[in-house]
Amino acid sequence: MIELKGIKKTFFAASGPVEAVKNTDLTIEKGEIFGVIGYSGAGKSTLIRMLNLLERPTEGSVTVDDKALSKLKKKDLRLARQEIGMIFQHFNILWSRTVKENIAFPLEISGMPKEKRKARVEELVNLVGLTGREDAYPSQLSGGQKQRVGIARALANNPKVLLCDEATSALDPKTTDSILDLLKKINKELGLTIVLITHEMHVIRKICHRVAVMEGGSVVEEGPVLDIFHHPEQPITRDFVNQLSEPEEMKESISHLSEGADGTLVQFTFVKGATGSPLVTQLIREYQVEVNIIQGKVTHTQDGPYGKLSVLLKGDESAIDNALNYARGQVKVEVIPNA
Amino acid sequence: MLSSLFPNVRWEDMWEASLQTMYMTAISVFATFILGIALGLLLFLTSKGNSWENKFVNGIVAGVVNLFRSIPFIILIILLIPLSVYIVGTMLGANAALPALIAGAAPFYARMVEIALREVDRGVIEASQAMGATNGQIIFKVLLPEAMPALISGITVTAIALVSYTAMAGVVGAGGLGDLAYLDGFQRNNPDVTLVATVLILVIVAVLQVIGDVTTRAMDKR
Ligand SMILES: Nc1ncnc2c1ncn2[C@@H]1O[C@H](COP(=O)(O)OP(=O)(O)OP(=O)(O)O)[C@@H](O)[C@H]1O
Ligand SMILES: [Mg+2]
Repeated sequence: MIELKGIKKTFFAASGPVEAVKNTDLTIEKGEIFGVIGYSGAGKSTLIRMLNLLERPTEGSVTVDDKALSKLKKKDLRLARQEIGMIFQHFNILWSRTVKENIAFPLEISGMPKEKRKARVEELVNLVGLTGREDAYPSQLSGGQKQRVGIARALANNPKVLLCDEATSALDPKTTDSILDLLKKINKELGLTIVLITHEMHVIRKICHRVAVMEGGSVVEEGPVLDIFHHPEQPITRDFVNQLSEPEEMKESISHLSEGADGTLVQFTFVKGATGSPLVTQLIREYQVEVNIIQGKVTHTQDGPYGKLSVLLKGDESAIDNALNYARGQVKVEVIPNA
Repeated sequence: MLSSLFPNVRWEDMWEASLQTMYMTAISVFATFILGIALGLLLFLTSKGNSWENKFVNGIVAGVVNLFRSIPFIILIILLIPLSVYIVGTMLGANAALPALIAGAAPFYARMVEIALREVDRGVIEASQAMGATNGQIIFKVLLPEAMPALISGITVTAIALVSYTAMAGVVGAGGLGDLAYLDGFQRNNPDVTLVATVLILVIVAVLQVIGDVTTRAMDKR
């Protein structure tokens, strides 16, 4: 759906040239949610803004839905942009228009006749869950509601691609989740390709199928989200992955508990293909061991559970061995020697 | 009662002068609004980082705007007499003052328009570009509506300045309250005429201010 070939972007600032994006190739498939993660200044915004030519690449080609954007004439570029929706960190909706009027804005741009507009706006209001707030002005809405207006507006002209630049970074965790759920729903129901920029790993974890990690203007690692979670290769990727699975207090409490603990200390890592079957229940029921959960964080990605769980097992030695053998078929098992 | 308090005031003259002042103000405010917005848009759009970025055009427009802003109004009137004769066919009367009033106020307002447009959220403009909006759509659906409260409060300030400009327009025999206060009040030593004319000017200014404030508030949904 989207193909970047040899993309480069250099800004010529007063202080000298800045290579915001260095020689990058990227292919994004139809219908997937593709995440780009990186720290501030990595070039993420520059990259996503090149996907609708808000930023013109210094070199390379951008192809969206088989159209080479950089070769289009002005008018054709405008038409192509109507098929690429975009939402922003700061929403960027017009304060002078109501919710309804904001959502109608892209329809006015594309020249949809007035009678049709009304019905389409209503449909979108319902889709993003703003029913009843149609006549409110943005100043009367919460951040989450403003972003819903942004999403409805971006979807108005039935785009094939939705670009999200830090779409949840200005929102609290709960609102973030509700917006991510909405994006996931749109992806499923409308089959929309979504490209999403973030610096938060849990956003990637929650809705992305594939992810690219950016550092210093280059994509340093790329792949399916679960693969990246399990086999992060670059140090920066590991940092991001650890953000999610290993909160600081986890390491500490494990070593603390392993001192003089009575039983076998085990860490389960949920790996790709794990079914999310009730492992702990099975251990207790079928293998007659006592399972004491010490610490854990297991989260769900688009392709299954991911995370770590530390438990203390007590019981007969043979029962524990059997239990661990069973567990090895489900998850990665690490026995932590007692101190 | 009124005639004993203000023995020298001829009320028909006073009324006629008020109408002349209002006429000059109304026409020049309207023309200044249109011309100032056009110039302000040109200044904004040709400045760095905007859609018609053009150093040359921007420099010329900015130069002309600054030049007209710095000429004292009273001199501007005299300088523009030939132009007035050419456009309105006479160098005397209320109409003769209009070109100078507009030429004096429009550049002043254009700068306010430019500032108002610069205050419009860049992100909103960018979002419109991302939606494939044309420059015309961005101007009329984004820039002007989003800047409207500032544009209205700016034209209110300009309108009040224009009321005082009309008082100076007496040099071309434009009539109006200022002219009356000077000729009939000051020169013939009728302080009551000056007083009444001043009060009427203050009333006009106050009404303009109220209209401006109410409109600005009604438009501002931020
Ligand atoms: N218009 C510009 N002119 C000059 N330099 C720029 C411009 N836009 C971006 N840059 C530079 O390019 C680099 C990448 O910026 P970019 O905004 O893409 O980063 P980002 O990954 O989106 O960061 P953040 O998470 O803070 O949004 C930075 O060093 C930035 O200073
Ligand atoms: Mg950014």
